[in-house]
Formats: sequence, structure tokens, C-alpha cells
Amino acid sequence: MSRLLPLFGFLLLVALFGFGIWWNTGHDPHDIASPLIDQPAPAFALPVLGEPERMVDKASLLGKPYLLNVFASWCIECVHEHPILMTRAKELGVPLIGFNYKDEPADATAWLAKHGNPFDTIVADRDGRAGIDFGVYAAPETFLIDAKGVIRYKRIGPITPDVLDNEIRPAIAALVKDAP
Amino acid sequence: MRRALLWLALCLLPAFAFAQAIQPLPFRDRAEEVRFQKLSAELRCPMCQNETLADSNAPIAHDLRRQVFEMMQAGKSDDEIKAYLVARYSQFVLYQPPVEPSTWLLWFGPAVLLVVGGVVVVVQVRRRARQAPAAPPANDTGDDW
Repeated sequence: MSRLLPLFGFLLLVALFGFGIWWNTGHDPHDIASPLIDQPAPAFALPVLGEPERMVDKASLLGKPYLLNVFASWCIECVHEHPILMTRAKELGVPLIGFNYKDEPADATAWLAKHGNPFDTIVADRDGRAGIDFGVYAAPETFLIDAKGVIRYKRIGPITPDVLDNEIRPAIAALVKDAP
Repeated sequence: MRRALLWLALCLLPAFAFAQAIQPLPFRDRAEEVRFQKLSAELRCPMCQNETLADSNAPIAHDLRRQVFEMMQAGKSDDEIKAYLVARYSQFVLYQPPVEPSTWLLWFGPAVLLVVGGVVVVVQVRRRARQAPAAPPANDTGDDW
């Protein structure tokens, strides 16, 4: 029995390291669980992109659920994410609000002219302060906020067809069920 | 003469790079700066994950340093600043997570492993010490470890 002890220890280590590899490939280390899920979205008041005198705040968006998509012209992943917003955002049945994060308005406008504008409204957070309140640390990020202004879902990283079908759609469907 | 000026400019170049790399924050005094450095070294940059807020050059680290600085100027305590960041970025931002049930494994796991290992060693050594006198050296074939 004691002869098998080293083998036993070896297998234990194999299992431990194997679990580590499996766990690290299965989950994205950048995917930090947001403490804001099921919390009221932070209050914000931001100017509309291209119309600095028009402000949009949290209260004006209450009443129906919406998706808030954090994007920027400097963000490489946003370019990859953009086509799916262009083609499939409309079918989700909720407004898509753009959150232009730490961007020059001119750059953002040019970027949208080039890639298309899938957003119903775009707010501009030039200095990133509202972004901090939302726990944003990169782009793209996407929040689903319900009619009462509570954050129900957050996606860090680009929306893929898989994420859209298996995470965002069910999350929106659950909202509709919650509030008939 | 032009050569000498060129040399001078080249020698001064690193100084400019240094000034660029550091985010200039208008600290009131040395104590405040020390407090800021200490606090930002305890906080983790959410973007780069293996860097502290103090070390990271990521844009979000830049913004969070500014936020920490402004909160210090507003008279907030270190704990209040940490709570502010944890509320937004989760405990992930703390390099030293608090001791609570969900982090017990993290805090005490290594100590528990050490104790378990120690017990195994003690048991083995005692068992062998008991067996050793009974085993006649002549019968030792060498493969019994």
C-alpha cells in the first residue's frame, strides 16, 4: 500500500493541475462578476453624442427595458461586435442605447459613419466618470437594464451570436415575464 | 557645437519620457502622496489583472487613480475609497481580500494543507520508527522504501 503512495500523490497533482487547466479554458479571467447585477443602475446624466446641449439621464430612460452598449472608436473588439448589433439588435424588441466611452465625439461620429449606427440613442461619457459608476473597465460591455432601472444582466466583451441567443434573448424574455 | 547640443538633447530625452509616464497629480504634501501610493498599490487594475493600480498604464487605471485621488482630496478614508471601488468592480480590485466565509479557503487553505502534510509526515515517521528495530538488516532487499 505504502508503495503506491507516490503514485497516489502524483495522480492527485495531475487531477489538481488538470482541473486548473480545465477551469481556466472554460471561463474568461476577464469576466469579473459584476456586483451591480440586480442592483439599481447608477444615476447618470450624459449629453447625447453630437448634441452636447441635449442631456439623457437615468430617469428619462425608465419605463421600459433597454440594452446599454458600451463602445468606442478606439475599441478593436467593438468593430468585431458591430455587425451583429447592426443586423440583429432590432429583433430583440428593446431599445439599444449606445454608451460612447472615453471617446472624441468627432472620432465616434466618423466611426459610426463608417460602420453604421445601430443605436436608438447615444450618450457620450467623454471622461469615463459615468463608466466608473457602471463598473466599466473595457469596451465593449453590454448591460440589460429593466423598466425600473435595475441592471439585470451584464456582458463583458463582444456580443457573439451565441451570447445573443443564449444569454441576452433569455434575459429579455425573463423581463417580459416578470412585468406583464 | 551642434554636435554637443544634439548630445545634450539625446541625454535629456529619457527625462521627458519619465515625465510623460507619471500621471501628475497635485498632491498637497508628501504624506498625502505616500498615502496615495500605498493605497493604489493595494488596489488591482480590473483590466490588466496582474498589475496594481499604481503600476498599470491602462486607461481605466489612469481614471481610477484620478478617482482615488479626488476622493482623498474630498476627505474620504481609505476604507470608504475601497468600498466605493468594490461596489463597482467587486472584491476583485482588492489585492488583499477581506476574511469572510467565501474567502476562507483562500486565506486558510495553505495553512490547512501544511497541517495535513505535517500530520502525514509525523504518522509516517512514527510508523517507521516502530518498524525499524523489528526488521532485520540482513533481509533488507533494498526495494522497500
